[in-house]
Amino acid sequence: MDNALWAFGRMSGVVSLVLFSVAVILGILNRSGRPLFAIPRFSMTLLHRNVSLLATVFLVFHIVALMLDSYAKLNVIDVFVPFLGGFKPFWQGLGTVAFDLVLAVVATGLLRHRLGQRSFRAIHWLSYAMWPIALGHAIGNGTDGTSKWFVVLAAGSLAAVGAAVAWRLSANFLETAKARQGGLS
Amino acid sequence: MTIQEAVGPAVDTLRGSAGTYQLFAAGSNAGLAEHEQAFGPLSLAAIDAGFMSVLGESGLTGRGGAAFSSWRKVAATAQGRGAALLPAKPVVIANGAEGEPLSFKDKTLLAHAPHLVIDGLLIAGRAVSASLLYIYTTPAAMPVVEAAVAERRDARKIKVVQAPETFISGEASAVVNSIATGVALPLDNRRRLSAAGLKGRPTLVLNVETLAHVALIARHGSGWFRAAGSERDPGTRLVSISGQGAGQVLEVEGDARLCDVLSSAGVDLSTVGAVLVGGYHGRWVRDLECRLSPSGPGENVINPGAGVLHILPARDCGLEATARILDYLARASAKQCGPCMFGLPAMARVLSAIAYGDRNPRLVLELERLTKLVGGRGACHHPDGTARLVSSALEMFAEDMKAHLLGTCTRETRSAI
Amino acid sequence: MTEILHIDWTRCDGRGLCTELLPTVLVRDDWGYPLALQATNGNRSNPAISPGNIEAAREAVHLCPKLALSLVPEQAKPRQ
Repeated sequence: MDNALWAFGRMSGVVSLVLFSVAVILGILNRSGRPLFAIPRFSMTLLHRNVSLLATVFLVFHIVALMLDSYAKLNVIDVFVPFLGGFKPFWQGLGTVAFDLVLAVVATGLLRHRLGQRSFRAIHWLSYAMWPIALGHAIGNGTDGTSKWFVVLAAGSLAAVGAAVAWRLSANFLETAKARQGGLS
Repeated sequence: MTIQEAVGPAVDTLRGSAGTYQLFAAGSNAGLAEHEQAFGPLSLAAIDAGFMSVLGESGLTGRGGAAFSSWRKVAATAQGRGAALLPAKPVVIANGAEGEPLSFKDKTLLAHAPHLVIDGLLIAGRAVSASLLYIYTTPAAMPVVEAAVAERRDARKIKVVQAPETFISGEASAVVNSIATGVALPLDNRRRLSAAGLKGRPTLVLNVETLAHVALIARHGSGWFRAAGSERDPGTRLVSISGQGAGQVLEVEGDARLCDVLSSAGVDLSTVGAVLVGGYHGRWVRDLECRLSPSGPGENVINPGAGVLHILPARDCGLEATARILDYLARASAKQCGPCMFGLPAMARVLSAIAYGDRNPRLVLELERLTKLVGGRGACHHPDGTARLVSSALEMFAEDMKAHLLGTCTRETRSAI
Repeated sequence: MTEILHIDWTRCDGRGLCTELLPTVLVRDDWGYPLALQATNGNRSNPAISPGNIEAAREAVHLCPKLALSLVPEQAKPRQ
């Protein structure tokens, strides 16, 4: 049982990381205003939301499994308060920080209509901090963090998210950028 | 238009002493003593619920441009309090912002007859049981208004707020926003100001000239007011005349013929090519026989808006004048609403191209398409007013347009507009 | 009761979701902003929503990335 919990805890962490990478990329795609292939924009928005929620579910699995696991013995304080853990406190703390940020981003995302656009947006921007912190936690804390398959996976995610961010910062990022830069049509 | 010119016209050039033409009856730079001597003291206590019906009978419409029925606006604010247990007390704002570059009648009125405006504000405030009163004024008139308010005991609760000198600063929701937050930009219009404006209270924003008329109607009654003007456009209005000679402010009868107004301002009609009626959000007019009235059936009626009459001499090119105005309007956009922020510059680029020598005939169709595209879309009426100006230019200067496309426009251009 | 879809132009950024959800009501203009196909009294900021489109309009209000849309009853029509 313990072996199963341990394996499940580790794998759910990896799955969560991959899903968060996809969520970030989908978020950036959404912001560009472009539909992806034949998927309309409103479906892209829903996809972004659902992938993010799914990633959060796997993150919860990851945490609960490691709380129940007799080897990891994660306690409730370590789940919410970073850098107090007994084993690799810094790297584990990064995971805690990322989890706190995820909680903030998800909660404000679900309450967007009540909070108003400004607060929602300010908190949502924290996603850009959350993702690299989570990646750092995976590499530094994970048992598989330096194994070959994980390094390849991490590098692939980093390249994909990095490319999306670079595109986000480019001048023609917005679907409407050209039209809005003016010039006679 | 410099400030000196704007507040400069001495009262002898303002037709304002005979009969019911009396916004300026107290003379130049009238203080409280002259004001009371000319109009008699204000008896605020006599203003009760009955005043609303007097205002309704007078048929007074707003003189700030929209020409909405004043009593309807006042009544909506009085009812805007709703049925709450502790209803919020309304706010009344005298709007003296005059961002329109061709308009100076409000500055002139505030400079020479501030007490008439203050009377009107106090009356309107009493009619809706307001607890907060503001005068929102253009910087040019600020010292005069502050001095006038300080001179009166009954005006102590009036706050004087300076309006920024931007085109859009006088739009009603921009007025409310400016007083509340210091940002003179229009607000989304989902909720009416009469229901929830400044500090969430029912808010009545009336042009300063409208309030001056209110002060006279309260003294002399609706019949007196209706003695001037016509059935469909009773009373008088101030007009700012520019484009030929020095700027002038005149008080003219409602429903007046354009040519009569221009003649009484000493304009040589034979030199007039077209008249921009209503300012930068107005229309070009060539038929000088038309009448200035905000409403009314039939041809030959033109809405005077806020009373701007700008003369384009016959030798000048109307397209180029419009291109210059359109360029100004595009830059004056608050840049809050997409269709205005991107549509107006696009229109300006096309019209400038036509005016300055591009002979591609497709440009005219493109301008018409863009004009239709921006209309009715935005938090305020800046796109609508701009579209109105451009449509009228396309109609009135169709001949000039042909000449431009053929490269044969020989009219001069002027930098004075 | 007819409802109208109010567009808060000060918030709208022309992201295009509403035009996909309500293709019979809105199209996109040159810059991506929603353009009401039918004007009501010259006002194209408040298109009327037919009963068949109400669900899609609710979805548009919910999903608008800028929270620029709201459904309001016909009577409470915003000032023009």
